[in-house]
Amino acid sequence: MVSGPSNERRLPTAVKIVIAGGFGVGKTTMVGTVSETAPLRTEEILTDQSVGVDDVSGVERKQTTTVAMDFGRITMRDEYVLYLFGTPGQERFWFMWDEVSLGALGAVVLADTRRLSECFPSVDYFERRGTPFIVAVNCFEGARRFDLEEIQQALNLGPNVPVMLCDARRLDSCKEVLVNMVLHAMKVRGLPSAEPQNA
Amino acid sequence: MMPPEDPWPEGPQQPEERWLDEHAGPMVRPYVMTSGRIEPTRGEFDLITLVVALAPETASEVGLGPEHLAITRLCQSVMSVAEITGHLDLPVATVRVLLGDLLDKGLITLQEPEPEADMHDIRLYKAVIDGLRAL
Repeated sequence: MVSGPSNERRLPTAVKIVIAGGFGVGKTTMVGTVSETAPLRTEEILTDQSVGVDDVSGVERKQTTTVAMDFGRITMRDEYVLYLFGTPGQERFWFMWDEVSLGALGAVVLADTRRLSECFPSVDYFERRGTPFIVAVNCFEGARRFDLEEIQQALNLGPNVPVMLCDARRLDSCKEVLVNMVLHAMKVRGLPSAEPQNA
Repeated sequence: MMPPEDPWPEGPQQPEERWLDEHAGPMVRPYVMTSGRIEPTRGEFDLITLVVALAPETASEVGLGPEHLAITRLCQSVMSVAEITGHLDLPVATVRVLLGDLLDKGLITLQEPEPEADMHDIRLYKAVIDGLRAL
């Protein structure tokens, strides 16, 4: 480390985790459950540039399209700040996904067993991109409890992608999901895990 | 919570119509704040780039608008680009331009996030796991 004459404050480093999944699956709930402040919302305006690259069929006549993402913050001692971003519900806004996934520690794909297919695009996206991810099945009231293995098969996941049940409203459950995601990301990136990871 | 419905119902608009015409409505204001600029003069400003003001919040300077000053007020404590957009309720593109101006004037300093290639620092993962468990 160079100890220069700079008297600038040393800033922490920010890291992020992406919370993805279909519309209404509980992404914002999870962000809000673990965030130290009320979730904030950031908006992007679709510009001509992004319209050229992305499939926005169906919105081409809507002149003021904005895409919103909810996010939360967790301060980790002084050195790091963790941000959790819920991706926009509609998968057509890939450019936002690209932006938020770049440099992410990893992703949690939230799934709802009543509409399991809605998380297919998220799974496809992170698989293709090589972003480490786990699948967390948000247990809604009245939803049939599925066997984790059944879900793994239904989603056609590789054997190495962890699947777990969670309740996005409960802090201990969200913590467990996020810790498992980070442990999985370490494994995917070939880092030695400090602790035994439950399969 | 969903954002409010589009207040501009589809009119008989031509497909080749440009964005920034009188129908664009709320789109205009963010670009007025940036004098029509859509790209910052410098800096990439990732959503999680951290920003902190180098000047006290009362500082006023020629060429700075109320939104610039609002940012320096917010950034008296460390704040990410995403948080700035959320608190000020401004689109990300607008905030990026305003931050570029503040950087040019030496009123803020930045901490860019780790690039994807540097995601192999084990201390980072351990700190995140410890931080999550401490919640």
